[in-house]
Amino acid sequence: MIIELQEARKVFHQGKPNEFVALHGINLWIEACRVTVIKGPSGSGKTTLLSLIGCMSRPTSGRIRILDREISSLPERFLTEVRRETFGFIFQHFNLIHGITALENVMLPAYPSGEKYASLKKRALDLLDHFGVLPKAQAKVEKLSGGEAQRVTIARALINDPFVIVADEPTAYLDRRLAEEFIETMGRLKAGRKTILIASHDPIVWDSPIVDRVYLLRDGRLEDPVK
Amino acid sequence: MGNVVERQKNILDFTLSSLLRRRRKNLALALVYTLVVFLLASVMFFAYAIKKEASLLLQNAPEMTVQRILAGRHSPIPISYIERIRDIPGVSSVKGRLWGYYYDPVVGANYTLILPETEPPEKGTIRIGAGVARARSLLVGDTLEFRTFRGEIMELEVREVLSPESEIVSSDLILISAEDFLALFGGSHELSTDLAVRVRNARELPTIALKVAERLPDTRVILREEILRTYDAIFNWRGGILIIILAGAVLAFIILSWDKASGLSPEERREIGILKATGWETSDVLLMKFWEGLVVSLSSFLTGILLAYFHIFFTGSGLFAPVLKGWAVLLPEFKLIPYLDPAQIAALFFLTVVPYSVATIIPAWRAAIVDPDSVMR
Repeated sequence: MIIELQEARKVFHQGKPNEFVALHGINLWIEACRVTVIKGPSGSGKTTLLSLIGCMSRPTSGRIRILDREISSLPERFLTEVRRETFGFIFQHFNLIHGITALENVMLPAYPSGEKYASLKKRALDLLDHFGVLPKAQAKVEKLSGGEAQRVTIARALINDPFVIVADEPTAYLDRRLAEEFIETMGRLKAGRKTILIASHDPIVWDSPIVDRVYLLRDGRLEDPVK
Repeated sequence: MGNVVERQKNILDFTLSSLLRRRRKNLALALVYTLVVFLLASVMFFAYAIKKEASLLLQNAPEMTVQRILAGRHSPIPISYIERIRDIPGVSSVKGRLWGYYYDPVVGANYTLILPETEPPEKGTIRIGAGVARARSLLVGDTLEFRTFRGEIMELEVREVLSPESEIVSSDLILISAEDFLALFGGSHELSTDLAVRVRNARELPTIALKVAERLPDTRVILREEILRTYDAIFNWRGGILIIILAGAVLAFIILSWDKASGLSPEERREIGILKATGWETSDVLLMKFWEGLVVSLSSFLTGILLAYFHIFFTGSGLFAPVLKGWAVLLPEFKLIPYLDPAQIAALFFLTVVPYSVATIIPAWRAAIVDPDSVMR
């Protein structure tokens, strides 16, 4: 077991008139080296759940354990460390930083680790090469096509060699061919012993044979696995 | 340790490429910043160097000058007073001095005529300051006409043009012989303009001044220290006037830099969110913003200081010399000897670099403490 949630609850604007419960007591177990998909309509709480698991925010109540470590009450500094070492993120809108090159974007998450620039650059170039975008290493990211930007985003997610890849609606802005290419890449990462967690309402994702388990999230409540 | 240095280097590297991405905004900011530092540093350098130069020149002046006062005004002093001062214990020498002003209607300028203490010019000749030579296009061997107190024309031959080393005081100077001085202005050999008194021990100055005032109640005593204080006050006052004028520019700069540096654009906020989401700590973001502020402010500060140094000590303070140098008609063209006061540079540094760096850090901190999941929405 790599990730475990027990009665995790997330409330926004607690105690105010606009209080909103985004997640109601979520219990979830995510196994290592598997592909898990959380599906559900917009506003069902998928992104909130991913941000709790990815150590980007804390639950209002309940417990989250990652790699056998309780993280719900960790101070920000340690939470960031867990986030950097454990997770690689693929965002819905790619979230690449404009104005700098694809190579710099890939290297960025590892800058604070204090790794030597030359070795970091080599690893980043190897990743870009692995995903077939090495010729675009020195191109500004705003000049990349959708598929190239997606691959640069995946390379960035892998720069810190994380245990878990977290992807939020990764195919939302991709056509069918690119979406299938993405699934194929995830399959290769799974084979390389990465744990993958995807939030998506795209059938191309949750119908894919590489997916081991699919959960349905509705109105902040997790239903039994449908796969 | 290696990790810490590498971390700093990596973050600095990203900071520099960030600055280049917002080239126009940062260049505009650096330009205004440099201009403000340049103006303030120019005033400071000028006032300090000119005061220093004046004090160095006065080092050779007598510690005490005695003038005769008639009806509250300065009037020629009898030579006989020399003996009465020389008797005072502690006085080492007393000399009568002859000096005065001459208005030249041809160029509308005032000259200062002095009989030098040593090596006076021969009768019929003069040595002139560079400003006088320039104003009247005089070379060695030319003659300069004066109208005496009797209305007669007196021609004196230029024997030497004084070295421009300390032109600020010698620009309008004419060194003249005692005979020619008396022929030009009248007076007699029994009278001097004032008396230069030198003493053996500077600590005794106040006592000796008191005794002079007691013995010769129709005189006033001027100490060199008082002249120095007057110079200081005048140049500080002029520097102050300029700084007040510049205050408007400084204020505009503060508003501009606060707006530019402190107002994070939505794009910058989004970037900070991405950095945090991908594993940067709040402290990493703050470090980046700190470097960003330091790079802009320190480079502008150093450029401003260097430009001001060049302006004051190499181009003769072209921009505001007329205000700072004074009201003399013959504006001296001179090069100040570079004197810098480290305390003033430090003050300028703390008044410009530090506030700017703080202005960039606070909004970045506000953005950096936001939960990184904001970037996912």
